[in-house]
Amino acid sequence: MTGPVLELQDLTIVPTGSGAALFPPLSLRVTPGELVAVMGPSGVGKSTLISAIGGHLDTAFALRGRVRLEGTDITSLPAEARRIGVMFQDALLFPHLSVGDNLAFGLSPEIRGRRQRCAAVEAALDQAGLSGFYERDPATLSGGQRSRAALMRTLLARPKALLLDEPFSGLDAAMRDELRSFVFAHLRRIGIPTLIVSHDPEDAKAGGARIVTLDAGRAR
Amino acid sequence: MSPAQRRIARGAALGLVGAGILVPVAAGLWQTTLTAFGMVPGLSQTGPSLRPWRELVALPGALESLRLSLVTGLSATLLALILSLGLVAALTTARRMRLARQMLAPILAAPHAATAIGLAFLIAPSGWIARLLSPWATGWQVPPDIATVHDRAGLALILGLLVKEVPFLALMALGALSQVPARQQIASARALGMARAEAWARVVLPQVYARIRLPVFVTLAFSLSVVDMAIILGPSTPPTLAVAVTRWLQAPDVMRMMPGAAGALAQLGVMLLAMLIWVTGERALAAVGRALARRGARRSGTGFGLRVAGGLAVLLTVLGLLALMVLALWSVTWRWSFPNALPQQWSLRLWRDGAEGLASTAGATLEIALAATLVALILAIGWLQAEGPRARRLSTLLLLPLLIPQVSFLFGLDIAFLRTGLPEGWVAVVWGHVLYVLPYVMIVLAGPWRAFDRRLEATAAALGAGPVRRLIAVRLPVLLGPLTAAAAVGVAVSVAQYLPTLFLGAGRVATLTTEAVTLSSGPDRRIAAIYALMQAALPWLGFALALGLPALAFRNRRGLRGGVE
Amino acid sequence: MPPFRPLALALAALATALTLRPAMASNWTDTLAAARGQTVYWNAWGGDTRTNAFIRWVGTQTEKRFGVKVVQVKLADTADAVARVVAEKAAGKTQGGSVDLIWINGPNFLSMKRQGLLYGPFVKSLPNAKYVDLSPGAPATTDFTVPVDGFESPWRLARFVFTYDSARVPNPPRTMAALLEWAKAHPGRFTHPDPSNFMGASFLKQALIDLAPDPAALTVPPTEASFRKETAPLWAWYDALRPNLWHRGRSFPANQSVQDRMLADGEVDIAMSFDPASAAAGIADGLMPPSIRVFVPKGGSLGNVSFVAIPFNAAHKAGAEVVANFLLSPQAQAHQQNIDVLGSYSVLDPSQLDKRQRALFAALPTAPALPTRADLGKTLPEPYPSWMTRLTAAWKARYVK
Repeated sequence: MTGPVLELQDLTIVPTGSGAALFPPLSLRVTPGELVAVMGPSGVGKSTLISAIGGHLDTAFALRGRVRLEGTDITSLPAEARRIGVMFQDALLFPHLSVGDNLAFGLSPEIRGRRQRCAAVEAALDQAGLSGFYERDPATLSGGQRSRAALMRTLLARPKALLLDEPFSGLDAAMRDELRSFVFAHLRRIGIPTLIVSHDPEDAKAGGARIVTLDAGRAR
Repeated sequence: MSPAQRRIARGAALGLVGAGILVPVAAGLWQTTLTAFGMVPGLSQTGPSLRPWRELVALPGALESLRLSLVTGLSATLLALILSLGLVAALTTARRMRLARQMLAPILAAPHAATAIGLAFLIAPSGWIARLLSPWATGWQVPPDIATVHDRAGLALILGLLVKEVPFLALMALGALSQVPARQQIASARALGMARAEAWARVVLPQVYARIRLPVFVTLAFSLSVVDMAIILGPSTPPTLAVAVTRWLQAPDVMRMMPGAAGALAQLGVMLLAMLIWVTGERALAAVGRALARRGARRSGTGFGLRVAGGLAVLLTVLGLLALMVLALWSVTWRWSFPNALPQQWSLRLWRDGAEGLASTAGATLEIALAATLVALILAIGWLQAEGPRARRLSTLLLLPLLIPQVSFLFGLDIAFLRTGLPEGWVAVVWGHVLYVLPYVMIVLAGPWRAFDRRLEATAAALGAGPVRRLIAVRLPVLLGPLTAAAAVGVAVSVAQYLPTLFLGAGRVATLTTEAVTLSSGPDRRIAAIYALMQAALPWLGFALALGLPALAFRNRRGLRGGVE
Repeated sequence: MPPFRPLALALAALATALTLRPAMASNWTDTLAAARGQTVYWNAWGGDTRTNAFIRWVGTQTEKRFGVKVVQVKLADTADAVARVVAEKAAGKTQGGSVDLIWINGPNFLSMKRQGLLYGPFVKSLPNAKYVDLSPGAPATTDFTVPVDGFESPWRLARFVFTYDSARVPNPPRTMAALLEWAKAHPGRFTHPDPSNFMGASFLKQALIDLAPDPAALTVPPTEASFRKETAPLWAWYDALRPNLWHRGRSFPANQSVQDRMLADGEVDIAMSFDPASAAAGIADGLMPPSIRVFVPKGGSLGNVSFVAIPFNAAHKAGAEVVANFLLSPQAQAHQQNIDVLGSYSVLDPSQLDKRQRALFAALPTAPALPTRADLGKTLPEPYPSWMTRLTAAWKARYVK
């Protein structure tokens, strides 16, 4: 498969002012369309790893090693220039914008004209089963609807890689299954490298993911 | 930008904000100190000498002024603390809490000068209370010869300070209370055999107090050095130290400037002394509390005391509201002589005749308030955006102007302005106001800003939004509620400023406050009432907008409405 | 050419006389030209609404006639403006100062004149100065016995009067001794403003003039001995009066305005003023009950002239001169003397006015509470300024602990 490849090279994270890394250096290659699940005990730094790859690392931490996307070193690029999409557990729709405007927020600037942009958003809403939700207040959506809207928002930005941080853990069991199949179906369609952080083995299994385990001792 | 560049930019932003606040304070204190030791180049005094201090001590009433300041400041703060805690302890139901907020808000927003003018119209021997009760209840055909304002002990001043500071501390305490699991703790204390009020006093109160200690010190500093309120309500022969110092510094006899500056430094000393006394008192009280707890005492009388304090606080709130009402009444009066309960002749003529002057003064006041608030908001946002954990600890320094008596450095700051050739007037006044607006803006804004869910910004960044778009399109709109609240508080603080306008405005910048204070000692109560009412109306308008704007903008956004109300 | 010499001299003298007048006129033309477009910051006590309104009127007139705007900087105390000029001088700001014109007199004038803080002499160059009696010894040539020397221009007359409520005091006490007896009979019903205020100090001065063994000693600076001798009867009188004052003489109204309010509220029965029209004006404004009247002590009362002065570093001197000149115009003076406007007496010399100008004054309305010039009696000259300074200091030392 052709497309962007996400590469981590000897990546580790060190709290500033301390010499001890959270986990041993991690090297990883995620090919287009591939799903890699990072598993490990809580507190080991899975979410921090996601932040580091996305460029959102808190100033309390420092990153060592390199991140490459499409062969380009993006380690020192700011998050907005990396073109790596992120989805968090709580969907995190912007509370001040309508559902449609949330999707339009990340819509690639290459799509021009009010009408075209509107149509692109409407099309994405249709795909997410949210037809006619453009003007809705995000706070009135159900958990599953919110997550679907968040995924569409992320995809509209045309990311070259995707990071999922416990995307399903806030949902009840039935909803979780439904959303999993929704998300993984979309990922297969787009074919970009995806990294998922989760403590639930079901997530990895449902997505047919390659599993990487992080623990304070070593990474396998 | 590389991380190093970003660090430099952040450091520069923090440095700029810090310098904007701390340099004027330091420069002002330095110039005051020079003058206090006789080093005034233009006045053929080269010093250093202790003569200004000897002159200060020799000035009639100087020591009495000092004593008065200490006594009124400390007692006002102590009483305000007790009454506000009593009030908060009594707010046991949501309905009471809502009612209290509604009653306290207009008093809290009204500037000190306006409240003081209203209060003077209320409690004077010829005031509204006496008019309402005379002659049928009191037998007074003419007002009695008793001192209920400008009394020598400063009781009217203490009352005025209480009317303003109790709402302030009560709202601060309410905020602190929401961070304490009070309900569960009281339940467990009651299970141990303590009465409800007693449990509140012994278990909840210490935790609340620890969280409002800074506002208490701000209240102490303010009460010790207030000028406008002390002019309107305080003793006059001699006045409190801050008023006396202000007068000396403005005396026609230039030689008074040096003992005046010495007095301004003495005011700082009084402040430090009062803080020392306060901290000592805290320690002693804490020791008593611990001893009680160890003895296993179930009753200390504090519970009963709190209930009394709560009752007094309600009475005080009513007094404050009446004071604002009497302003409205006088503003539409033509003639109202003692002992009529209401005006004999009503008229809107003074509003009409004075409309032009009033509008231009209100306009000038609003311009300064908006400019100062805008600058303060930009500085606060700049600081908060740039701060890391270390700067967060340093941000307390931005509150420094609130803890230093105004007279101690504003006079020096004015000299510093003249020395360096910076223009006095509008810009200087706005800067002077920013010194006081910024701390309050920080108090309101810092909490919500720091509690902001950073993942929202991370999400926006992942969607390709750069730092500017993240700030403007995500963080600021989401924080619209706290931002408008901070702006309203900023406007209220600016509108209330008296000394910064007086000292830095070269006498040319007239605001509703300077006019109201001048008019309060003028012959026409009606015009004083009009200006005081307008002075209170601007902050009210600000708060109404602060509540209304986000509610309007977010009428369809359930997720953001909670934080606004 | 000896025969022609007297003629040549006469011609020369004539030429000089002819060029002198146009020279002055052209100076004034220059002043008017320089003033056009200026904004004059007039620092004036702002405690009186009518005065503030009058100053606004002056501004509209000067703007219309000469293109000079006036902004009143409302002072709580004239000393504020003096302090400002002092501060500017201390900071080396010798031009572009923030104060253009000050309503001033007495100690503030002396203080500024002594420290060289005033611009001038400028009064003689004002065209309207011709309406004022500036001959030696005339009231407008000295300010509290200090020679004016052209450093300040007069604009209104002030006279010390008592105001009282005729509904409660049918026969007001017209000497200081009678006042003491009345106060003993009506304890708590009389007071005076705090002597650190101008009005309070004036009350002490009025009493001093009445009670001093040798009033002539007051026209020269006091010595230790003369001060002790002249004030001794005053202190004896005051010691007896004080316990009968409002609040037993332990506190005092801050200024005349506060005391006027107390009179209007009935907190006291007798107050005082430096403006004989204040009672009539207060009644017209709804501030005073209609029963308020004015009386003057039997032996006459203190009188002085209010002036305007221009600081040495004023930014808009030309504009300030134009305003000072306009204040001396018969129109402005008649407008000011109108009881519906200010009611303060003109400083112009009626003999210098023509018929039409005199008619302006004759046409002014009257009011029951407005005393006639005859009611006001004799004007007593102000003592030398340092008497007032020492008097207030001595009062403070005696009665403020």
